[in-house]
Amino acid sequence: MEELRKRAGNLLESGQVRVVIGYGEGTGKRVRAVFIQDAGQADCLIFDERCRQNLALYLTRHEVKKLGKPAIVASLPALRAILQLAGECQIAENDIVVLGIGEDGSMLDLPDFAAIEKHVASTVREPDPAEKAQFDLVLAMSLEERWKYWQEQLSRCFKCYACRQACPMCYCSRCTVECNQPQWIPVPSHDLGNLEWHVMRAMHLAGRCVDCGDCSRACPLDIPLYLLNRFLIMDIESRFNQRAGTTAALDYALSTFHPDDKDDFIR
Amino acid sequence: MEMETRLLKKEALAGLIEKINAAGRKIYAPVRVGDRDEFRPVDSASRIDLGCIQTTQSAKEVLFPRVERILSFSRRDGAMETADPDLSILPEVVLFGLHPCDAAAIGSLRAIFTWDTQDAFFTARLERLAVIGLSCAEADEYCFCTSVGLGPGATDGSDILLTRLASGDFLAEILTEKGRELAALSPGLFLSPPAGADKSSALAVVEASFTREQVRDRAKAGFDEDALWDGQALRCLGCGACAYVCPTCACFDIQDEGTTNRGVRLRCWDSCGFAAFTLHTSGHNPREEQGPRWRQRIMHKFSYMPERQNVFGCVGCGRCSRACPVDMNIKEHLIALLEARS
Repeated sequence: MEELRKRAGNLLESGQVRVVIGYGEGTGKRVRAVFIQDAGQADCLIFDERCRQNLALYLTRHEVKKLGKPAIVASLPALRAILQLAGECQIAENDIVVLGIGEDGSMLDLPDFAAIEKHVASTVREPDPAEKAQFDLVLAMSLEERWKYWQEQLSRCFKCYACRQACPMCYCSRCTVECNQPQWIPVPSHDLGNLEWHVMRAMHLAGRCVDCGDCSRACPLDIPLYLLNRFLIMDIESRFNQRAGTTAALDYALSTFHPDDKDDFIR
Repeated sequence: MEMETRLLKKEALAGLIEKINAAGRKIYAPVRVGDRDEFRPVDSASRIDLGCIQTTQSAKEVLFPRVERILSFSRRDGAMETADPDLSILPEVVLFGLHPCDAAAIGSLRAIFTWDTQDAFFTARLERLAVIGLSCAEADEYCFCTSVGLGPGATDGSDILLTRLASGDFLAEILTEKGRELAALSPGLFLSPPAGADKSSALAVVEASFTREQVRDRAKAGFDEDALWDGQALRCLGCGACAYVCPTCACFDIQDEGTTNRGVRLRCWDSCGFAAFTLHTSGHNPREEQGPRWRQRIMHKFSYMPERQNVFGCVGCGRCSRACPVDMNIKEHLIALLEARS
């Protein structure tokens, strides 16, 4: 923590960055994103097991962008998101400084995207056992059971869009649900509206989701949205041998094609 | 009506629920759902979570559903015909176990939905609603009812307010005509209270941090303090979780669904935290950033509503703070607002 604070303070003091996006104490036992703009305040930065929010989400927010060049505290999920955002041309290498945090909580030296790629490629984070158990449970269901499961889960959704707003990859300036000429996705949070929204959300993240799980953690109604994303990650991996957030080069299944693709519909 | 105080024995609760159900009224009460509590229809007292500090969602859906059909339309022989929903079929509803903050929130909603126009849908539901409130024996760090003029035993909005005494029995304050009607369904259950029965010792302690009048005056003076609002809102995601769990947030959007020949008009919840909430057709957005949207949320509750409707739009239930994925804690931010120099 001392090293993190020192590095953050130095970056601000030397003018290399204008803001450090990190974690600080919140209310009660909660932590929250903090935006340090003054070296003297770097001491409020923390990092511990509570610091799970994927801060990469703030890199594309215009309120944060206008503060100037950022440094960002990033453990594995945020590092993946940074690579994916780079691959989608949302951030450039020289636009950010990454204060990487290793799986053991130590500071990493990640001067460029290549270093992030190397770290991500060599780091494994086991999925949460409860989440994995739920995933396996749903995977083992028959199609009818699964349909019933999702109808029940999604019927709770009141469309607050916390899942979208918490997602570092949901940076569209105008989401499809807000396009109303024509209205592609029904606005009301009735069963059809909820189903269409969540299917669209998952599909738009297919091959792009970095599996941080923030959509589910943000959901005030505890809908296990990570399951939808993980099914698609599994599909993309098995069919295209691709995983989002591993490279800063544009290369993801639903947005690129190869001239030698075995299917001809795309040509 | 003069308030009457009665005693409801703990073992009489089941009978009360039964009688209300038998009278054809639908009862919603806090029920444990997974790791949370939510208001659900109940037909027996055993399902009710009497120890619930706060449900994740408020009970406002009983009066203001998240999606509500307000009109049907169809074209016949070239002419458009419209039909209003039949509100006479709405059930009589009893909200049981509503804490005093939530009961008071009904007054805020009523003020909004009857301000200029008498909203037919809301008022039809309100006419059919009776509230059996439950004083708070426990509060958590997010509760701040005493800072907004209420309290763990406040009676506003309840038709009957129950307070659970140390014995487990309930002190029942019968507050309104609707309350008297409910009690009359099972007169044998409402007994004379023991001499000197007093609810005050059975109430949670919630320290007041400020008064709502202080917030009103400070908010009004601070409208142009962009740095304050922007700073507080920097981490805000711009989702609608706070508005949708809030018992008094009442913004809605109108959507038509169907074809040009047949369809329905729906009223759906909306939130001032959304970027598109104030987006004009021209493309101009008067609230381009989250700071002004956050300011709007606070100003609406503490300045505009008292000014226009003579009620406050916050009852201190703390739901928004609990539900917020990024710890936008309203109590903390209101304290910071009061402490910031104007």
